[in-house]
Amino acid sequence: MAFEQPPKKQIPTQKKVKRLSIALALLALYIWTFISIDIEWKEAFNRFASNYNVVVPQLFSPNWARAGEVIEKMIETVFIAYVGSLAAAILAVPLGFLSAINMTNSRVLSTVGKWILSAVRAFPEIILAIMFVVVVGPNPFAGILAIAIGSTGMLGKLYAEILESIDMNVVEAMQANGANKIQIMFHGIIPQVIPEFLSYAIYRFEIDVRASTILGYVGAGGIGTMIFFAYSNRNWSDMGMILLVIIVVVTLIDYGSSYIRKRIV
Amino acid sequence: MIEFNDVSLVYPNGHQGLKDVNVTIEDGEFVVIVGLSGAGKSTFIRSINRLVTPTAGELKVGGDNILNYKSKGLRDLRTKVGMIFQSYNLVKRNSVFRNVLAGRLGHTGTVRSVFNFFSKEDKALAYESLKRVNIDEKIYSRADQLSGGQQQRVSIARVLTQKPDYILADEPVASLDPPTSHQVMKYLRRINKEDNITTIVNLHFIDMAMEYADRIIGMRSGEVVFDGPVSEVSEATFEEIYGRSIREDDLRGGAEDGEQHQ
Amino acid sequence: MANNINKPSLNDDRYAPLLSPWRAKAKVSLVFFIILFFLWYSSRTTGVDFGDLIMGFTNMGQIIDKLFPINMDVLAPAFDRLIETIHMAIIASTFSTIIVVPVSLLAANNITHNWFVYNTTRLIMNILRTIPDVVLAVIFVGIFGTGPIGGIVALFIFSLGILAKLISETVEAIDMQPIEAMRASGANTIQSISYGVMPQVAPQFTSFALYVFEINIRASVVIGLVGAGGIGQLLMSQFSFNNYGAVMTIILVIFIVVVIIEYISTKIREAII
Repeated sequence: MAFEQPPKKQIPTQKKVKRLSIALALLALYIWTFISIDIEWKEAFNRFASNYNVVVPQLFSPNWARAGEVIEKMIETVFIAYVGSLAAAILAVPLGFLSAINMTNSRVLSTVGKWILSAVRAFPEIILAIMFVVVVGPNPFAGILAIAIGSTGMLGKLYAEILESIDMNVVEAMQANGANKIQIMFHGIIPQVIPEFLSYAIYRFEIDVRASTILGYVGAGGIGTMIFFAYSNRNWSDMGMILLVIIVVVTLIDYGSSYIRKRIV
Repeated sequence: MIEFNDVSLVYPNGHQGLKDVNVTIEDGEFVVIVGLSGAGKSTFIRSINRLVTPTAGELKVGGDNILNYKSKGLRDLRTKVGMIFQSYNLVKRNSVFRNVLAGRLGHTGTVRSVFNFFSKEDKALAYESLKRVNIDEKIYSRADQLSGGQQQRVSIARVLTQKPDYILADEPVASLDPPTSHQVMKYLRRINKEDNITTIVNLHFIDMAMEYADRIIGMRSGEVVFDGPVSEVSEATFEEIYGRSIREDDLRGGAEDGEQHQ
Repeated sequence: MANNINKPSLNDDRYAPLLSPWRAKAKVSLVFFIILFFLWYSSRTTGVDFGDLIMGFTNMGQIIDKLFPINMDVLAPAFDRLIETIHMAIIASTFSTIIVVPVSLLAANNITHNWFVYNTTRLIMNILRTIPDVVLAVIFVGIFGTGPIGGIVALFIFSLGILAKLISETVEAIDMQPIEAMRASGANTIQSISYGVMPQVAPQFTSFALYVFEINIRASVVIGLVGAGGIGQLLMSQFSFNNYGAVMTIILVIFIVVVIIEYISTKIREAII
């Protein structure tokens, strides 16, 4: 029993061309990448063979003698993240209001606000840290500034999105009652957004703890300084200790913060 | 032939799904299982392709006790037993054709199917199945663009493509309106007669059971409380199976509308 | 605060204790106090107080003094290194999106019913995500020596952790009904996955792959700082020579590239979903 073959699928030429060009572009991208990247495979393999036994076993036998120092530096790191994200949580409020179209009722102001925020977001924290180390010198202060500015970019954007999604009926009702702008702000808008603002700020603190661990590498305070020295001296058991402390602390903070965030929202 | 010999099933939470079920279904029969929800209809049907596993007794499909089957034997069993679901269970983002071809997976090697190499015969069979349920013009539409009735017809085509000896249908019309319900039941009935495929359908609509079944099995709290040809069934039989008087929502209605939609 | 519940007051106060103004105020004040306490304590530990911070923001103008005029001589090498950075990100993103397929299936509880395998995979991925990118870079540069290969491996591990979380969550949210239908028709696990799971997660999968490429571009800058190749390595060397004009040029180049890549990637992702 032979059945008829199904008809061929009709694909518009335009779509075919589009698919083909995407495929060709991707292919070209990969050919370009693998041809021009400069990797000396043989040497890398040799180094791997000789270094593996130097690095990996030591990494897994952390130097407990330095645990105290490492923990102390990690606490400093957490505090850098804390002050930085707190400052960002505050700084992001006016920028969030500026960028939310329903708050300013001005397309120009909101676009300017959104541009500022996305420009700030484009800088990786470590780049901001380098800039602030140049300006204020190599200390935790530079790290805090970097975290504060970097986090403002993301928090401002999220705050603006929350503000744009609030229930404007409440605000209109208050306007109708003759409430002034400040009253509307504190009784109509802030109560609606405060739990989500807080939740995002805490979430950002989680990210900032991770980000702060590396700031010290360029001199901006915290445990990164120890990473720099352990690496310069090729002291892998110190590095193991640092890694262990980072993993434990970051995990604890993640758990704590998601617990608090669940209770807020 | 499907034989239930003293089959019982107790779920891990202690709920008794089936209780000492003894039923024999001959090849080519069109059997409708009726009962209230929770009566064990679904457990009965899903035992036959081992989507659930009875905990006691013996269940023979085509002469072989299927309760001992392990992975390979189980997959072979399932290629012979097609299943239709209440919510169609199509991959919504895939085309109708791809969904229907999925019926061949059990007959196709893993590597071939992962790289989408189906034989010409499989493709022709899938297309033929779509034609049998009159939905071949939607072959390259995405499944989620079809109406509920159309999706259920695609799932019938998927089962046909599987070339099964048995078809199990678990509440196939519960999510459909009366005219489409009748349409779907008519297709199932026609396939049963034309291909001589043993068909077992769960329904809770009395009028539809009466209209399409050769034989009705009534279930209540995991037990078979009625089993007989449709000619022996009266309203009193249903009242006994349901343990209460018949209500408006036990009837689907709309048999006449169904004709216009054919 | 507990005895507040039993305090005689308006009838409904007892049934809606959270709405009670007294409790709410106490709660807000407590939270505020805790925030301030940590701030005070942090200031003591880090030696920075909030006043400094405000001063710091007002002194932003100094950036311009110190980092400008920019040094255009570094532009040509910066461009070469930038391309290397992009290549590193492409290779690392590609490998992590391939490897993440089995990993995320093992870390999805609707696909992997083996409790031990599921939890072990999740635990490993969770640990990977706590390791900062720079630490990964330091370790792999330690193993492979300076140059892009250590960086690529570090980026690969880093993005694998992020992707595994995002994609296993997507897999856990899929519609399982078609998979039930495939199992019922005799399909094996691999077939059910490629016909039932893959089509459902394909759009999110592509979107996350692009997202991870974006992240890898930023991360490869960071990773370069420790000698793992790319523009970060150039940045670090100019920074350690106190060559601030060149530092600023490189920062601007990175900025422009990040903006362009984010823009393109956002457009593509909007088109997919």
